[in-house]
Amino acid sequence: MSVPAIAVERLVKIYQRGMAVDGISFVLPVGSVTGLLGGNGAGKTTTIAMIMGLLTPTSGTVRVLGVDMPRHRYRVLHRMNFESPYVEMPMRLTVRQNLTVFGRLYGVTGLADRIAELADELDLAELLDQPSGKLSSGQKTRVSLAKALINRPEVLLLDEPTASLDPDTADWVRASLERYRAGRGATILLASHNMTEVERLCDRVIIMKKGRIEDDGTPAELLARYGRGTLEEVFLDVARGRGHVREAAQ
Amino acid sequence: MNDKPAVNRDAVIDQAIEYAIEYAISWRRIAAMIERYWYLLRSSWPRLLELIYWPAVQMMMWGFLQLYIAQNAGFFARAGGTFIGAVLLWDILFRGQLGFSVSFLEEMWSRNLANLMMSPLKPIELVIALMVMSIVRLLIGMVPVSLLAIGFFGFNLYGLGLALAAFFLNLILTSWAVGIFVSGVVMRNGLGAENLAWTIMFLLMPLTCVYYPVAVLPHWLQVVAWSLPPTYVFEGMRALLIDHTFRADLMVQAFAMNVVVFGAGVVGFMLLLKAARRHGSLIQTGE
Repeated sequence: MSVPAIAVERLVKIYQRGMAVDGISFVLPVGSVTGLLGGNGAGKTTTIAMIMGLLTPTSGTVRVLGVDMPRHRYRVLHRMNFESPYVEMPMRLTVRQNLTVFGRLYGVTGLADRIAELADELDLAELLDQPSGKLSSGQKTRVSLAKALINRPEVLLLDEPTASLDPDTADWVRASLERYRAGRGATILLASHNMTEVERLCDRVIIMKKGRIEDDGTPAELLARYGRGTLEEVFLDVARGRGHVREAAQ
Repeated sequence: MNDKPAVNRDAVIDQAIEYAIEYAISWRRIAAMIERYWYLLRSSWPRLLELIYWPAVQMMMWGFLQLYIAQNAGFFARAGGTFIGAVLLWDILFRGQLGFSVSFLEEMWSRNLANLMMSPLKPIELVIALMVMSIVRLLIGMVPVSLLAIGFFGFNLYGLGLALAAFFLNLILTSWAVGIFVSGVVMRNGLGAENLAWTIMFLLMPLTCVYYPVAVLPHWLQVVAWSLPPTYVFEGMRALLIDHTFRADLMVQAFAMNVVVFGAGVVGFMLLLKAARRHGSLIQTGE
């Protein structure tokens, strides 16, 4: 059996203000795209931060590509990457300079060619020599995505990748992610509030609430289980504590 | 039986490879970070100008003051250059720390720290890059100002020769130690602690006796002063300029203390980083 891309077991994070993640476990096979759904404070970002090694779990284990993440993070960090609109690139550096710096940090070979390739794929060619701080939010997201893909990561973590984007740009970003996943066979874990995005991209959905996993399945399974037509309705059922409507009716 | 040594050798090699991955320093990544800060510095001429502006203003003010006093007091006429020397060496200490801390603060201001901390960049590599940048920023500021000191007051800092190297080494080590520790505090507590980076060195200014001998202080404060490595440098500078004696003993003592202080700074940074990972500070880099 091949090593899973991400394996989380009985993961707990307790802050002084309370429990953020409460003993969650899941395994993501290589090549899967999983959506982490949940309202504000559900524990999505905390979970992703622990998977990236930015946050030390209170207890439990995280393994990425078979590597114990908090303890041996430097064995695997070059094989993964992350994108979030809440983490920015240095604003006074040009897009090319930023991508060059991150490319070198990740040890990318043929860096100039890789930047040109990403500029072509993400429509950044005309932005390469502009300061990152002068870009629109949609352009910044594309640059952040370029940074996240610079090392051709096997594991890609995305925290609300299309937040605050107009529908056209958001659609464009989703298409880029679909292309990347298809081409690279990468594993993607996506935290999002956007149900359209999750339905389109994800072959599995994990719904979190108050630090716990409330439900877990393919989008089709969840729709069937709750007797709903869209994931948004499923999400509202979970958020409002309505549980499995169909099961309850039966 | 014969297989056993081979297995052990493989295990040792595996262990060595793992050790190298965990702890080896990558000069490529350090160079990438230096390149990042260099791009930043180059992108703003006001920032470059600022590196020279304050050291120049300070040096001119103290230089003219010294000139005035020297015309009216025999001792100060003999002690030519002590004020200018003091202000230039103080700037090495102060600007060295500031150069380190400001480069680190740039990551906080641009909300880029999380990007770096989840990249393969190791904390020690970031620290080395910041140390290099503190020297780069220091040179950009201090070289023109030291030339101005020659032009205006006939004070040649480079005339101190090897003593200058000893002074510089000791001061820059202290400045890095403080810069590393302050960066750790800011990383752990967020930008609310930013002011510490701008002000902490001024706590040392009266205690390290930049402009006056240690003997001026009350006895109990002298004990405190002698526990700080820069005090030895400023005393050494006065011995050189007034008595024309290079006090190697002071430099050796300062260096020994600096090794301890620098080590404490690095350990403090690592502990604060660990605390930041525990408390989630790396994903909340604001106030």
